[in-house]
Amino acid sequence: MTEPILVVDRLSGRIAGQQVVEDVSFDVPALGVTALLGRNGVGKTSTIKSILGLIERTGEVRLAGTRVDRLPTHRIVQRGVGYVPEDREVFGALTVGENLRLAERDDRPRRDLVERLFPDLVERRAQRAGTLSGGQQQMVSLARALVNENRLLLVDEPTKGLAPRIVDEVAAALAEAAKTVPILLVEQNLHVVRALAERVVVLSGGRVVFTGSASDLLDDDDRIRRYLGVHDATSEGRSR
Amino acid sequence: MSTLLLLIITGLGLGALYFLVASGLSLIYGLMGVLNFAHGSFLTISAFLGWEVGRRVSDGTWAGLAISAVVGMLVGAVVAAATEYLLIRRLYERHIEQALVTVGLALASVALFEGIWGTDPIYTQKPEWLGQTTEILGAKIPNDRFLLIACAALVLGGIVLFLQRTRYGLIIRAGVENRSMVTALGIDVRRSFTIVFAIGGAAAGLGGVLASVYYGYVSAHLGSVLLIFAFIVTVIGGLGSLTGAAIASVLVAVLQQFANYYLGGTGDLVVVIALAAVLLVRPRGLMGKVA
Repeated sequence: MTEPILVVDRLSGRIAGQQVVEDVSFDVPALGVTALLGRNGVGKTSTIKSILGLIERTGEVRLAGTRVDRLPTHRIVQRGVGYVPEDREVFGALTVGENLRLAERDDRPRRDLVERLFPDLVERRAQRAGTLSGGQQQMVSLARALVNENRLLLVDEPTKGLAPRIVDEVAAALAEAAKTVPILLVEQNLHVVRALAERVVVLSGGRVVFTGSASDLLDDDDRIRRYLGVHDATSEGRSR
Repeated sequence: MSTLLLLIITGLGLGALYFLVASGLSLIYGLMGVLNFAHGSFLTISAFLGWEVGRRVSDGTWAGLAISAVVGMLVGAVVAAATEYLLIRRLYERHIEQALVTVGLALASVALFEGIWGTDPIYTQKPEWLGQTTEILGAKIPNDRFLLIACAALVLGGIVLFLQRTRYGLIIRAGVENRSMVTALGIDVRRSFTIVFAIGGAAAGLGGVLASVYYGYVSAHLGSVLLIFAFIVTVIGGLGSLTGAAIASVLVAVLQQFANYYLGGTGDLVVVIALAAVLLVRPRGLMGKVA
């Protein structure tokens, strides 16, 4: 069995003195998509930010076997971690081209891949990112991560607030990316989780309460209700 | 008509000085969230050392002034970068400590300058042409105003080119908008902090040398006086906006000149009232980003 690309061990995170992640432990396999799930406000985004060192944290984080929890954020990212934040966080005053150029970490950017996945961005290269639609901004945010050769992608709610057609495009781009790089995906849309993820980690109250295969969770309505507080319409559709 | 023109061009000249100080303040606040109360000290030390070197090489000539300007910019850049590296870097996100350190540095440096160069202003020589006037539409404009305006325009153009055309400029523009996301792209944003301090220090250093031309003297309080107006300009223009700082510099200085002439020397008061009005009506300033 191959070594996990990411091991999170007893990770805790704090924002302004408030504990938002508590003793979280899980790992991300070196292949495929692992979904980090949970009800609103359980600390999924904070967990991602703790892994990256964007918030105050304690505990261990290992990337490809090497401890990175004592490194500043930019050093962790330089080791091959792509980050797609919640709410896109594109630089609105910069053009699309500048957003992508800024994200290039070395002299071998994968511009061909970005242009193939997001042809719309090529046409809008000179447009200010702040004037793009939410869907287009999400493309920029994804493209910033995919333009580099990564060992791991941390993708936080990439379909939040997007129209269904755009959700499909984003999911397709992530599926394409997942062929070459493992992804830790925070996602509320269970259709997308079902389509992309092989494994799931469920958080509740800042702690991990379930780890297993995606089908073990998503095929079990009781677990979905208990852990996520939602009804999975996809499983209903499947059972008909 | 000639009075109006004189007031406008004199205002533009003074605005140029304000901009040279405010540009650095605005960039530093925009990127790092640091209100740098020591910025005036960068200006003063640059003015003194620029004057010391310039007068020894060729006092009262263009060559002497050019050397003063180069020395002033270098000193400003080095002192500012050293301040960032040695003092400010440890205090990011700790705003009260930053204010205490920079205020302390400003007070201590004025005392140091007074100890070295005395408490009285030291009158300086300048090239003959700068002491003369040029008549435009009946207004006799002091020639030094043209030099100030030209230098500020060059500095503005240079900074804009740097921000638009270089990778560090790109990082700085992005960092002004969202510093943590720049870090999350794998960029060590702290390097840009030092560069921004150096650029701001160089502009303030040039401002110090030009202030000695404008006022005709150097003194330990040169920076403190200009810093107050530079802060006002920075707030009115919008913290973090270079364009805002440029526009507000001109507006504030011209307004000040008009109020001094037509309202019995109330220029400073009118500027403070303008600041209060902007804070009430548009707290983010003319071109500042929405919080």
